[in-house]
Amino acid sequence: MQQYKLRLHNVHKSFGSNRVLRGASLDIKKGESVVIIGGSGTGKSVLLKCVLGLIMPDRGEITVDGQNITFLPVHKRDNFMHKFGMLFQGGALFDSLPIWENVAFGLLQKHNYSRKDAYDVAIEKLRSVGLGERVAQLFPAELSGGMQKRVSLARAIATNPEIIFFDEPTTGLDPIMADVINDLIVKATKELGATTLTITHDMASARKIADDIAMIYDGKIIWRGSAKKIENSGNEYVDQFIHGRADGPIALAV
Amino acid sequence: MITTVLKPVRTIGKTTLNFLAAVGRLSSFAGKGIYHCVVPPIYWRLLFRQLIQIGYYSLPVVGLTALFTGMVLALQSYTGFSRFNAEGAVATVVVLSMTRELAPVLAGLMVAGRIGASIAAEIGTMRVTEQIDALTTLSTNPYKYLIAPRLIAGVITLPMLVLVGDVIGVFGGYIVGVYTLGFGPENYLMNTWEYLEAIDVISGLIKAAVFGFLVTLMGCYNGFNSGRGAQGVGRATTNAVVSSSILILVFNFILTRMFFS
Repeated sequence: MQQYKLRLHNVHKSFGSNRVLRGASLDIKKGESVVIIGGSGTGKSVLLKCVLGLIMPDRGEITVDGQNITFLPVHKRDNFMHKFGMLFQGGALFDSLPIWENVAFGLLQKHNYSRKDAYDVAIEKLRSVGLGERVAQLFPAELSGGMQKRVSLARAIATNPEIIFFDEPTTGLDPIMADVINDLIVKATKELGATTLTITHDMASARKIADDIAMIYDGKIIWRGSAKKIENSGNEYVDQFIHGRADGPIALAV
Repeated sequence: MITTVLKPVRTIGKTTLNFLAAVGRLSSFAGKGIYHCVVPPIYWRLLFRQLIQIGYYSLPVVGLTALFTGMVLALQSYTGFSRFNAEGAVATVVVLSMTRELAPVLAGLMVAGRIGASIAAEIGTMRVTEQIDALTTLSTNPYKYLIAPRLIAGVITLPMLVLVGDVIGVFGGYIVGVYTLGFGPENYLMNTWEYLEAIDVISGLIKAAVFGFLVTLMGCYNGFNSGRGAQGVGRATTNAVVSSSILILVFNFILTRMFFS
């Protein structure tokens, strides 16, 4: 029981008549890296946002380190939010702030870092994702997509979080840059010893990052197993998805 | 038969409910915004940036508007008053109209176009690109970080802008009065001072503070609840400008009733 870092139990969420999550359950052990795969619109992002408290689930239970945070409003989450790091799909860098302030944002908000110290940490984190000090004073709009993703990764790990969420970390990148990002994610999370939850539909990325892969379909986790066993899952939904076949049990809403 | 009769009633009911829901959402948003204006911590750096953005950079627009309004007021009231030999009242009309009515309302409307739109577009884009969610995940309250500095800056700077507008507007009237209409400079300034009371200026400044709150509130509210994509941000921007302009005109009436009746 105690070794579970993050548990989701029977989580439901509807938007109007659209039932996005229909009882999703997932347990993640400390230090484990779980990747959720699934098609667009199957509720991957909603699941992540429920854990972060950006969306309130209708029903279910979400616990972090054994403590129930399901219906905890955002402003009472301070004790939990600093355990979390999040890499957003589009990067979500603050475009009014220079790169280093973006990376150091979480540190500066905690008030126990001076701007000088925060700057030094930001530079160190930028180095760890392969960016030099010269980008520190630039603004996000001046960087390429791949560089923005790296800065975003640096921001997600800057506060040394215990749990890191990655929302489609490789979407919109060329295959080589995608692999660079995958390597950085693996390296950064190993260094921190962090527990990670990634959502993606990029199988190359999933195979590289994951200890365990879980497949979400129709608002539920329908399969979970070790990343090595994904080829022989024995689940026809998983088979169809990882081989990218148009025909199979998964019907796309066209 | 019954359904045909009830249809208009149902439409009225639905519209009323939607309207009340919108008012409720706006009020709760405003309440949260004000709460975070008074409860520390306050982001001084951001507040300072907004003061410059909303106040200082609006000076040229507000100044030009006030200058030409003052000049036109002098011209128009002169042609009107000369029909019954009351030209002497021109200076008084200019100063009272400017301080009580035109400087606050016109400055409010200009700032609604300039600031309301830019706030809605900026916060709307932040919503669409998940930057507001990112703030939350970095343990930062978006109301405190984005909304409060703008509301405070709006309430502080608009009265200052209006005070500057008052002076420039009177100066515009003075230019036209002295150089076109042939008033004596001392005479014009004396007439300006003589009938001016403190309440005329103060009521205008209070109006300005309320308008500053309304403009920044509507900009923030529409941006914060912006729809998806470029279209959503576009709609948020339009709504911010239209709704704050209308609210300014409505509250102008309400405040005038309160002060002068």
